[in-house]
Amino acid sequence: MKILVTVKQVTAVDDEFEIDGLAIDDRYVTADLNEWDEYAVEAAVQLAESFDNVEVVTVTIGDADTEETIRQALAKGADRAVRVWDDALADTAMLDPATKARLLAAVAREEDPDLVLTGVQSADDSLGATGLTLAEQLGMEWAAVVNDLELAPDEGVAHVHRELEGGVEELTDVQLPAVLTIQTGINDPRYASLRGIRQAQSKDLAVKGLGDLGLDASALASPLEQTSLYEPEAEGEATLYEGAAEETAGELAGMLREKGVGQ
Amino acid sequence: MTVLTVAEHRRGELRDVSQELVAAGRALADATGGDLHVAVISGPVEEYADDLNRDGVETIHTVAHGEEFNHDVYTQAVAQLADAVDPTVLLMPNSVNGLDYAPAVASRLGRPLVTDAVGLAYDDELTVTRELYGSKVETTIDVHAEQAAVTLRPAEWPAAEGTGDADIEPFDADIDESQVRSTVTGFQEVGNGDVDIADADVLVSVGRGIDEEENLDLVRDLADALGATLSASRPIIDNGWLPKDRQVGQSGKVVTPDVYIAIGISGAVQHVAGMKGAETIVAINNDPNAPIFDIADYGIVDDLFDVVPALIEEFEG
Repeated sequence: MKILVTVKQVTAVDDEFEIDGLAIDDRYVTADLNEWDEYAVEAAVQLAESFDNVEVVTVTIGDADTEETIRQALAKGADRAVRVWDDALADTAMLDPATKARLLAAVAREEDPDLVLTGVQSADDSLGATGLTLAEQLGMEWAAVVNDLELAPDEGVAHVHRELEGGVEELTDVQLPAVLTIQTGINDPRYASLRGIRQAQSKDLAVKGLGDLGLDASALASPLEQTSLYEPEAEGEATLYEGAAEETAGELAGMLREKGVGQ
Repeated sequence: MTVLTVAEHRRGELRDVSQELVAAGRALADATGGDLHVAVISGPVEEYADDLNRDGVETIHTVAHGEEFNHDVYTQAVAQLADAVDPTVLLMPNSVNGLDYAPAVASRLGRPLVTDAVGLAYDDELTVTRELYGSKVETTIDVHAEQAAVTLRPAEWPAAEGTGDADIEPFDADIDESQVRSTVTGFQEVGNGDVDIADADVLVSVGRGIDEEENLDLVRDLADALGATLSASRPIIDNGWLPKDRQVGQSGKVVTPDVYIAIGISGAVQHVAGMKGAETIVAINNDPNAPIFDIADYGIVDDLFDVVPALIEEFEG
């Protein structure tokens, strides 16, 4: 059995930041593995531990700077990685799930996985659509926002829970092969061991360009164009208490007492 | 231009976002003097259609197939409806179920998809406003295409009002059962533990800013000093530091206490959906740009590890 896990290096923005054109100024960003993907990787590694002969392959779209982040997944137990990159991608705003899915689908067709796990969304762009778009392009079944997963390869299904709004979970049987988008909290992602980190350095990380995947620049064409990026106007009308903690806490306590709190 | 919206329901009830889609769809259609169509699929569709018959709705298409949401049925039915109605913009909810069919539908129809819209405008072409980086910034996206699909963030638009005179037309969707490759077998509710946070008058709610599990004692002490109940945002539950029944937000509980004190909670949209109905909202957070301050009535921009002990001292000292 082969499990393909999509992973992404995401950008976190500092509390205070500046905008440079259509992006956040580089000085105010840090890179990390997408939180949802950490849970997807853990889900895959747990399946590899539960069943015999499972290979876990990660795939990402990113330049060479993302390799360190991507190796985190290898350190946690993924067997090998594929990184899709091409100079043509440097100028492509990845805001179209169809574009991302085309690149990922090309890798998936080469790998022919039984199961594809993605995060529900990425922390920076929050499209929430790449996994399903990938499923549709591959002709696979899918389930979105999965917070419980029990794989039954003998039955050819995955028994999943989908986390609906309002504390309700939907219990669904999904035919394999399938793409499942994994919600945070589904498991307890492990920390990479020192041994895992060492081993990750020697695991296979293949870099594939558009040509390697049988694609050309037309795969990157998108009708979506980002035209502005700005800080929304603060809508807040909050009364802010200012000063040292003793003072602000005192003022807040006074307000709370007026509301009858702590009486 | 024509707009088609897809209603959402669960276990016999239309969800609020359905009427918000009608309102947003109406505004979009009005911008060009076009027609608004609404689709409702599965369950008691006639009953839902009556409810969706609001001012300005031209036609409501009903698809009587099954009871509950099934994404394979929805994907086929919505794709066929979009072919029949041929809308310029196909509007779907950015809900958990919306995200379980909208991308597949858009992909099948070859339409570009923009998710989680918080603003829509049309001037020769569609422009969608959405957020990036956890609501820190907004971006506008121009859609250079004849037709598009969009998912709409819930609770951003008002509900549609008035009574309309829409035609209610059954739509004979041709559902290929061999392509229905998933089966919903049931629902499960998250149980209540010893307390129901929805009943509390005062909630002390803790988020990611608390950093470590052992620091939870600090907010427990505050809750005790205030006679309040302890609740939390998603990361605390995901980490297993508090049980699921303490979670406030879209996937947890919706709470409406007299006083809600958010400590180290940034105020992501999913969290706000669960607590914006609180009478008085207090936020303590060291990020002045945290979205929680947009909905707070009172706030302190400071380190919670300085403010919370001082606050406990106020009530116990």
